[in-house]
Amino acid sequence: MSTIENVSRRRFLNSAAGLTLAIYLPGALAAPKSAAAGASAVQHEANAFLRIGEDDTVTVIAKHLEMGQGTYTGLATIVAEELDADWSRVRVESAPADNKRYANLSWGAQGTGGSSGISNSWEQLRKAGASARAMLVAAAAKQWNVAAADVTVENGVVLHKASGQKATFGQLAKAAAAETPPADVKLKDPSQFRLIGKHAPRKDSMAKTTGKAVFTQDIHLPGMLTAVVAHPPRFGGKVMSFDASKAKAIKGVVDVVEIPSGVAVLAKNTWTARKGREALTVEWDEGAGYKKGSADILAQYQELAKKPGLPAANAGDADKAIAAGAQVLEASYDFPFLAHAAMEPMNCVVQLSKDGCEIWNGDQMQTLDQARLADLFKLPPEKVRINTLFAGGSFGRRAGKDSDYILEAANIVKAIGGRAPVKLVWLREDDMRGGYYRPMFHHRLWASLDAQGNLTGWRHRLVGQSIVAGTPFAGFIKNGVDGTSVEGAANLPYAIPNLQVELHTPTDVDVPILWWRSVGSTHTAYSTETFIDELAHKAGKDPVAWRLSMLEHHPRHVGALKLVADKAGWDQPLKAGAAGERRGRGVAVHESFGSYVAQVAEVTVKADGSYHVDRVVCAVDCGIAVNPDVVKAQMEGGIGFALSATMYGAITLTGGQVDQSNFHDYQPIRITDMPSVEVHIVPSAAAPTGVGEPGVPPLAPAVANAIAAATGKRVRQLPISTETLKA
Amino acid sequence: MTTLNINGKSMKVEAEPDTPLLWVLRDELQMTGTKFGCGMALCGACTVHMDGEPIRSCSTPISAVAGKRITTIEAMDKARVGKAVQAAWQRLDVVQCGYCQSGQIMSAVALLEKNRKPTDADIDNAMAGNVCRCATYVRIRAAIHEAAKSLA
Repeated sequence: MSTIENVSRRRFLNSAAGLTLAIYLPGALAAPKSAAAGASAVQHEANAFLRIGEDDTVTVIAKHLEMGQGTYTGLATIVAEELDADWSRVRVESAPADNKRYANLSWGAQGTGGSSGISNSWEQLRKAGASARAMLVAAAAKQWNVAAADVTVENGVVLHKASGQKATFGQLAKAAAAETPPADVKLKDPSQFRLIGKHAPRKDSMAKTTGKAVFTQDIHLPGMLTAVVAHPPRFGGKVMSFDASKAKAIKGVVDVVEIPSGVAVLAKNTWTARKGREALTVEWDEGAGYKKGSADILAQYQELAKKPGLPAANAGDADKAIAAGAQVLEASYDFPFLAHAAMEPMNCVVQLSKDGCEIWNGDQMQTLDQARLADLFKLPPEKVRINTLFAGGSFGRRAGKDSDYILEAANIVKAIGGRAPVKLVWLREDDMRGGYYRPMFHHRLWASLDAQGNLTGWRHRLVGQSIVAGTPFAGFIKNGVDGTSVEGAANLPYAIPNLQVELHTPTDVDVPILWWRSVGSTHTAYSTETFIDELAHKAGKDPVAWRLSMLEHHPRHVGALKLVADKAGWDQPLKAGAAGERRGRGVAVHESFGSYVAQVAEVTVKADGSYHVDRVVCAVDCGIAVNPDVVKAQMEGGIGFALSATMYGAITLTGGQVDQSNFHDYQPIRITDMPSVEVHIVPSAAAPTGVGEPGVPPLAPAVANAIAAATGKRVRQLPISTETLKA
Repeated sequence: MTTLNINGKSMKVEAEPDTPLLWVLRDELQMTGTKFGCGMALCGACTVHMDGEPIRSCSTPISAVAGKRITTIEAMDKARVGKAVQAAWQRLDVVQCGYCQSGQIMSAVALLEKNRKPTDADIDNAMAGNVCRCATYVRIRAAIHEAAKSLA
């Protein structure tokens, strides 16, 4: 396994060595069945990441999943830039599972997440594009009998200006593919960029506005059966017995089988499978089922938070500083479980044949999923072929550390002896109640100010389940501390002389949990940035100026914060609301996944406690913005996604059963809740970092700080309840 | 056997009368542009037009649509307003994951068919039934205004 060490935290994937075998898939590149397939002309492979067709198309092979973040477009932009391709002829296709060619360089295994798509591909794809360009130039130079140094490339055309000779990529594709790839290539100076940092339209807009984009849900195979599964009402429950006679009596129900995760009803179509499940009687063995409610879990966490946890960060002597503080502030914060609730509920198509296993899925962890499927079917990994399709959202859910729904689909196929391909469909209720939530967290914070209002001491104690414990990602755990639990808290940027961050990791809460867009920062940004804000007010300081005064060693935080304050008009008074309305403005800044984002939110709170976020101004420093418009879209989307969790999001349990089931009781924001959003990009020459997640963390604290400015009330529980904000 | 009028074509389908139109479109007719999101008319991903009105096909049994004109995303490029809306969506790169966008576009087209100069409040009204988890709402709003401009 070739794990490339770099700054990404995802590098800790050390225990996954057995799952990251380099494999070769014969024919996988010759006959791709990807979401973006469509070119028919003969194509010539220049390298693992691009093929050039005789019809002049440039096909970029994306090793990352497109789940909405514009990754296909970003990856293609990088290749096309160095290749000097005609953007209108560039198309994107998903890569097969192949760790040797397509590993995420941040982790050493193939997969998408941690906002790493662009950052880990930056050098790799620039070189891939530049190398193919050199091969085209070499082929042209030979054909024209001229010096390669005199051959140029412009917008998909290779030229020799002195002789006036020119050829399209397609005309040279075959000869270029026969050239030896250069050992070393010169990359462009950023001043030469004509696509990067400019506007390159998304590659998936056409397919996704015409209904033609193919998601897993849209796959139809000959003879395919659709499966809907009855799951145990509580996590950890098992099937004791079941009666399928009524289900099987329904016309169109083909089979009912027991699988490790429940009872699957297979039918000719989705509606019949659903009806079959309704007609099913299952006795559940709830012996091992988890039976606690959210209130029990919270009580347990509050109790744990009374005692010191394992150290996650330490500087100076926080205990002493807090004891000696002129003013001491203490607060505790509660965060609920959150469902990802992607628009496309989880699903997977699995087919077994004499050639092996083939799946269709918005696959986010290809080589991990491949290894698990190989294990289940007792196949060599190269006999498991993964077709990665567009995912109708993921937000972390499809990066299943346990490959849960994929294995469920595979187990159904196994249970019917592989006699038909199966599409597993989770209905919304299955998706909502299927677990793998953002973990519940409880935080306690203490801080001290001296007589001059300087922040002298900080203690932050977090309680919550570990996402990675017991998974192939357990390498994130160092000295008992899961880095994903404390990210954003253990690396607090503010210059505080005495600081202590501690973690409790309860292991007896049997609710499956998972990364949820921005992971630990979903809760750490909230507690730290609202607490800092509260302290600023206590110290009588301006929240922006006070933060800036403690960020002297963090210039990129400063850059984002100054830009957002300027663009939001922080030094101008906020326009007053109508009669009975209270208005406020709040700020937050947070780094996650190497990107720095600051946001200012303007909020109106009505007398009845209801509130509306009117405007969000956002500044982002993500290094070089490969596609500025995609960066802006991710900030807009991250803000909206975070606003759902701020206003409404909570998965709760009663007696171990999930209370929510669909969008009526787990509400996402709608267009009526969406603020106006202005995004400003901090100019930067640094290598690009991710934007899929970093737009999320600052939003909730910025809104809460705005609400505090409007009402004087400090909200310490998410979602922000309107009850507490009544005038 | 039920006869449905979909995108101007008469289509015969074998399905129980209580089967939601969504599943007939997707599973029987393989018209997969219309999406399943919630099954309870809560998210709008399954929005199609029935005699020009936006409806949630996940909660509309085929027995209720016989004899009505059903229009889906697959026919939007054949209608003036549909084309304008798709073009605006493409110009502004509205989509992210894209799964809800067929439904968003169907609701937007229905709005613009009736109201060629919608205000923000009109847009809120017409689009509040369509959830986008990627929260592309800022661009949806802008694209509807843009499409309205192009139709003026």
